[in-house]
Amino acid sequence: MKLTGAQIMMKVLKEEGVDTIFGYPGGAVIDIYDELEKTDIRHILVRQEACAVHAADGYARAGGRVGVCLVTSGPGATNTVTGIASSYMDSIPVVIFTGQVPTHLIGNDAFQEVDTVGITRPCTKHNYLVKRTEDLARIIKEAFVIASSGRPGPVLIDIPKNVSANTIDYKAPKKIKLKSYKPTYSPNVKQLQRVVEMIKDSKKPLIFAGGGVILSKAATELTELARKTQIPVTCSLMGLGGFPGTDPLWLGMIGMHGTYRSNMSTGECDLMIGIGVRFDDRVTGKTDVFAPKAKIVHIDIDPTSIRKNIPVTVPVVGDCKITLSQLNKLLDKEDLGDLKKKRQKWFDQIQHWKSTSPQTYDQKDVIKPQYVVDKLYQLTKGKAIITTEVGQNQMWAAQYYHFDRPNHFITSGGLGCMGFGLPAAIGAQLACPDKLVVDVAGDGSIQMNIQEMTTAIQCGLPVKVVILNNGYLGMVRQWQQLFFDKRYAATCLECAPDFVKLAEAYGAVGLRATKPEEVEPVLKKGLFSKKTVIMDFVVEKEECVYPMVPAGAPVTEMLLV
Amino acid sequence: MIQEKHVLSILVDNEPGVLSRIAGLFSGRGFNIESLCVAETTDPLVSRITLVTTGEPPIIEQIEKQLNKLINVVKVHDLTGTEFVHREMALIKVMAKAEHRAEILRIVDIFRCKVIDVSLDHYTIEVTGDEGKMKAILNLLKPIGIKEIAKTGIIALIREAK
Repeated sequence: MKLTGAQIMMKVLKEEGVDTIFGYPGGAVIDIYDELEKTDIRHILVRQEACAVHAADGYARAGGRVGVCLVTSGPGATNTVTGIASSYMDSIPVVIFTGQVPTHLIGNDAFQEVDTVGITRPCTKHNYLVKRTEDLARIIKEAFVIASSGRPGPVLIDIPKNVSANTIDYKAPKKIKLKSYKPTYSPNVKQLQRVVEMIKDSKKPLIFAGGGVILSKAATELTELARKTQIPVTCSLMGLGGFPGTDPLWLGMIGMHGTYRSNMSTGECDLMIGIGVRFDDRVTGKTDVFAPKAKIVHIDIDPTSIRKNIPVTVPVVGDCKITLSQLNKLLDKEDLGDLKKKRQKWFDQIQHWKSTSPQTYDQKDVIKPQYVVDKLYQLTKGKAIITTEVGQNQMWAAQYYHFDRPNHFITSGGLGCMGFGLPAAIGAQLACPDKLVVDVAGDGSIQMNIQEMTTAIQCGLPVKVVILNNGYLGMVRQWQQLFFDKRYAATCLECAPDFVKLAEAYGAVGLRATKPEEVEPVLKKGLFSKKTVIMDFVVEKEECVYPMVPAGAPVTEMLLV
Repeated sequence: MIQEKHVLSILVDNEPGVLSRIAGLFSGRGFNIESLCVAETTDPLVSRITLVTTGEPPIIEQIEKQLNKLINVVKVHDLTGTEFVHREMALIKVMAKAEHRAEILRIVDIFRCKVIDVSLDHYTIEVTGDEGKMKAILNLLKPIGIKEIAKTGIIALIREAK
């Protein structure tokens, strides 16, 4: 069959089950767009290429699928780098197609040419430059396998214009065999048996779960494990929703802005079971005094995460779902004894920490940002999909919205990329059209990709934006407030648009609350509207996120208000 | 912890950009490359990179794991701690004034290397050997005066069981 590269691309995408592509056209991809128009694949036109990747990322996280984007060469490709880096840090399966100048012009400083593969090499799981149309089908299939297997991650495919325009005699590629890429899914049974013994012996155990649990779709197995063994659970930012936030065993988030009881538990536990985590610096604080009394079990599909930051007693390389499932089966055969009696002392200690320093705020005359998130949680019954921007807004969303299910908290954790929330919300809404999707933002972050409001309106997506408007780049200001004698260098956003008028300019609904008693009515009106809404909450200006572990300090030494 | 020198023998897909990927991995993560030598093997689809790195043991472990993670890396062998043979080649351009010529030729003879180029004032010597031999000959030639030197870096293979 004679097909052009562009036609081959459409054929293979359909075979991979792709029904949505986020993109922005340009000269280098005009042939591809022409073919795309003839298919029934839904194309979402973003307004800046980074948002194509952020949207594909949000789509992938909410829908549990591979997100796909298509952008042009040169500036189109370079604009995607931030989005790709964010997906890379959070291990999200996204395939990014970039156009490229024709092969005979590569390396010639041609119009809209950049070395895309060179630029994205360090921030992709893998990338390809397709030199011949004959290779295109195989490469696309390989890319989908690589992006979605093992530890997922973004894969970029750079397609020169002549490769997409060229006609060849199409032969379907053989079954994809990546000779040296063989992630380990099944864990070593002997290691699991050691874990079982350690659980039996432990008096103060702790489960620390993260993004890997979500990616592996292992929330059910994790919940079963924790309840079966009565081990308290904490999660990293990326793991929120992997364990029910309303369960009595839940300790709250761990780390720099984690709860008091969660961080203190790390200091006293004698066994820490890390599941799908990478012991990142936001979590560990000072690494040489992290979990000093604990034996550490580390379950992860990526061997490079294990023993990278902290010493591990029992490493278990494997997929979280498969590993926890096997572990649960082994535990079923064991007599764990009177767990209530065994855990009483540990639970009492944790309860003491909870009551000495509960997560609170003091709502008086000025709207407290935590109050807004609290009300958001109550009004949505904890069932909305929440995306966030970055900074204080992100931390308050993580602290005050209690996620009971996975794939409902979508945030740029590893890269911490402002401007992520709105396009990610768009992607999430497309993946889950029946759900309420809310972007919790700051007045700084929301302006980074505000132009995506048009994307939302064009697609008729009723996403809701909740702006915690404090007139500052809050998180940096907090650091300046606490550690730099309140020298607020470049963090004052005294000049900002009227967000209500801006919403209306975009064709959305704009709402504002300036007093505490207005919060609930504005949220009710905004959240239950069928339209795209921006809600501007004018909040306490110098509110800080607490607890806070100062950089370089042990996690057990927190600033509490 | 002590810095250890490790010789890594890495089999990779023989494709454009793979070397750049490996080098980028090392530079991006702050790993050290002391020397690197790469060429095709008898399988035209596979190249071998022989790379010498130094680092503390946990870093060496991370390096191996990170290399294994790369899609284009077929196999990683840490040769250090195993029985292996290694050689390095150097071309050394020595200043050969009249009073030094005899001495230089004596050294060349003792080390069983070759003079492969002669000019009025210089000899270019080709020497192949292990790390010890290279160090020794350079120490002897340095006082005489080395104008230029080009080294390949180590190549190595595991010794097969006898």
